[in-house]
Amino acid sequence: MNRKQKKVLARILISAALMVILSLLPVTGYIRFGFFMIPYLIIGYDILKKAGKGILNRQVFDENFLMAVATIGAIVLGEYTEGVAVMLFYQIGELFQSYAVGKSRRNISDLMDIRPDYANIEEENEIRQVDPDEVEIGSMIVVRPGEKVPIDGVVIEGNSTLNTSALTGESLPRKAGEGSEVISGCINMTGTLKIRTTKEFGESTVSKILDLVENSSSKKSRSENFISRFARYYTPAVCYGALALAILPPVIAMIGFGVDPNWQQWIYRALTFLVISCPCALVISIPLSFFAGIGGAGKEGILVKGSNYLETLSQAKYVVFDKTGTMTQGVFEVSGIHHSQIKEELLLEYAALAECDSSHPISKSLREAYGKEIDRSRVSDIEEISGNGVKARVDGRQIAAGNGKLMRRLGIDYQECSHVGTVVHIAVDGNYAGHILISDQLKPHSREAIMRLKKEGIKKAVMLTGDSRAAAEQTAGELGVQEVYSELLPADKVAKVEELIAQKEEKEKLVFVGDGINDAPVLSRADIGIAMGALGSDAAIEAADVVLMDDDPLKIGKAIAISKKCLRIVYENIYFAIGIKILCLILGAAGIANMWLAIFADVGVMVIAVLNAIRALFVKKL
Amino acid sequence: MKKTYKIEVDCANCANKMEEAAKKTNGVKEATVNFMTLKMIVEFEEGQEPKAVMQEVLKNCKKVEDDCEIYL
Repeated sequence: MNRKQKKVLARILISAALMVILSLLPVTGYIRFGFFMIPYLIIGYDILKKAGKGILNRQVFDENFLMAVATIGAIVLGEYTEGVAVMLFYQIGELFQSYAVGKSRRNISDLMDIRPDYANIEEENEIRQVDPDEVEIGSMIVVRPGEKVPIDGVVIEGNSTLNTSALTGESLPRKAGEGSEVISGCINMTGTLKIRTTKEFGESTVSKILDLVENSSSKKSRSENFISRFARYYTPAVCYGALALAILPPVIAMIGFGVDPNWQQWIYRALTFLVISCPCALVISIPLSFFAGIGGAGKEGILVKGSNYLETLSQAKYVVFDKTGTMTQGVFEVSGIHHSQIKEELLLEYAALAECDSSHPISKSLREAYGKEIDRSRVSDIEEISGNGVKARVDGRQIAAGNGKLMRRLGIDYQECSHVGTVVHIAVDGNYAGHILISDQLKPHSREAIMRLKKEGIKKAVMLTGDSRAAAEQTAGELGVQEVYSELLPADKVAKVEELIAQKEEKEKLVFVGDGINDAPVLSRADIGIAMGALGSDAAIEAADVVLMDDDPLKIGKAIAISKKCLRIVYENIYFAIGIKILCLILGAAGIANMWLAIFADVGVMVIAVLNAIRALFVKKL
Repeated sequence: MKKTYKIEVDCANCANKMEEAAKKTNGVKEATVNFMTLKMIVEFEEGQEPKAVMQEVLKNCKKVEDDCEIYL
C-alpha cells in the first residue's frame, strides 16, 4: 500500500471504531448529531470537498456528489449510523479498488521486467558499465551469468544457455555459442558471453517489445466504450429517478388521494437509489479485465496490442495461415531415405561425405542429418557438376549424389520419388543405391495446433502458400486442413483473404497467421493479424495485432482461448453488475431494500467484479 | 502527430472524464486515456503546437477532475 492508501485505511479504522462506539452510547438529539459528525467528517471530508468542487465546475453527477447527497440526506433524516456507514463502505470500496488496480499494475509490469538497466562495454581490455542507449553498433559487450542481454548481437566468444522465458513464455533454455545470434531481453544463465552488437538499443528486440507493451491498449474495445457511454447516461438517469421518487409519490398521495404524503419514507428510498447508482463496479472492472487478460497473455509470450484486438480475437471463426515458417519450420531437413540398396546410415554417410565441400543448403541438411564430424581424409576427387550434383571418391568407392539429371548423365537407372521435396539420388560404383528425400518439416505441434483450433470453435482453417500445389496439398493432408490455396504471390494472398472476408458474416472474424516476413499486407488486411516467431522480426511486430513471441503454432489456439476467457469475464461483470443494480433499484423503489442492501449493491458488487476481473490474469492452464 | 503522456488519476470514471475533456479541447483530434496504464495518448490536429494544446488539455481536465495530473 502506498502512503495515500495507508492514510485512507487509518481514516476507515478510526471512523469505524467511533461509529460502533457512538451507536452504543445512549445520547440523543443535538449531542448525538454532534458526536456522529466526528466520524462522518473524518471519513468523508474529501468526498464532500470533491462534490462541492464538482458543483462549482458544473460537473454535478459524479459519484462524490451521489455519496454526499445520500449521506447528508440520511443524516438529515436522523439515520446517523447509516449516513456514516455509507460513506465508510464507499471508502472501503475505493481503497480496495485502488489497491487491486495498483497490485495488478505492478503484477503486469513485473511480467514485462525485461528492460536491461546497463550494458558492460569492453574497451581496451577494460569493462565499463554504460547506459544501453549509449552503445554503438558493432561495440563489444560482455554479458555475465545472471545478467540480461541488453542489445541484439552476435556471440563472438563464450558458450552459455539463455533463458528466454520473459520474452517467449518458453521455459526451455536456448543454447548460445560462438556465432549464434542473441536477442536482447534474454537472461544469460551459465557462462560469460562476449557479444558484438548488431543493432542500437532503440532498434533492439527488447525496446521494440517494451514499446509495444507500453503502447498497447491505446485502442479501446467496444465493451469499454459501451461502459463509458453507459456510465455517462446511467448516473444522471438514476439521479433524476431518485428525485422523482422523492417527490412524485408523496405529492400524488397528498393531492390525488388526500392521504399522508409520508415524505420521510420516500426520501429514504430515494437516497438508497443514489447509493445504488454509483457505476464504479462497471467502470473499473471492464478495463481491469482487459488489462489482466492482456497481461496474462503477455506472460505466455502472446503480445496483444490492445483490448479491441482481444475482443475481436474472441469472435474468431476463421483462421487463415501461411504454410512456410508458420506450420512448417521453413528449413530443409532429411525426411526420408527410400529404396536404399545398402544400409540407410551408410547411404546418408556417403552422401554427406560426397557433398562435404558444397555450400548448397541441401548439402548442409545432409551433413546435419549425418550428425557426425566429417572426416575429409576419406574423400577425394570431388567434382561438382553444376545443376546436377557431385561425384567423389569416398573410402575408395565412386559415389555420385545428385538429381535425376545426374543419374541420366551417368547412365544409371533410378527411381522417381513419390513424395514431395528435393530428392538426392545416390549411386555407388555406378549402381543405383537409393535416394534421400529432403523437405520442409512440420513443426512438432502443428497438427495439434489445428486440432486445438477446432476445439476453440474455429469453423474453418484455410492454408495459403506460395509453394507448389503438390507440396501444399501434402502438408495440408498431414495437418488435416481441407482448404488449401497454393502457388500464390503475396498480392494473391491479400485477394484471397478479402474473398474469404466477403464470404463470411460480419460477426465472425477472420484471423490471419503468418511469420510476418512477407505477410505484412495480409496481416493488416485480416480482422486480426497474428505474427509468429516475432523475435528478431521488426516488420512482424509492427504489422500484426497480436504477436507470438516464439514460433509454436499451439499458441494460436491459446491466444483465442485467452481472449475468450477474458471476454467471458467482461460479460459476466457487465451482466452481474447491471443486473444486481437494477434489481436493487426496483427493490429500493418498492421499499424492500434498505440502505445496507444499497451499500452491498454498490461496494459489494464492485469488489466481486474486481476480483472476477483479476481472474483474467490466470491463463497458464488454458 | 501522436504523443503519449503519463498521468495520475485515482478512479476509472475520472479517467473517462479526462478523456472526454481532452477530446473536446481545441487542437486535439483524438484522445485516449488508459486508466490501467495511466497514460494519455493524444493525437493533435495538423499544425498545432502540442505544448500549447496540452496546457489547455490539462486545464480542461482539472476542471472535470480536480485530483488529476498530466506529466507534460
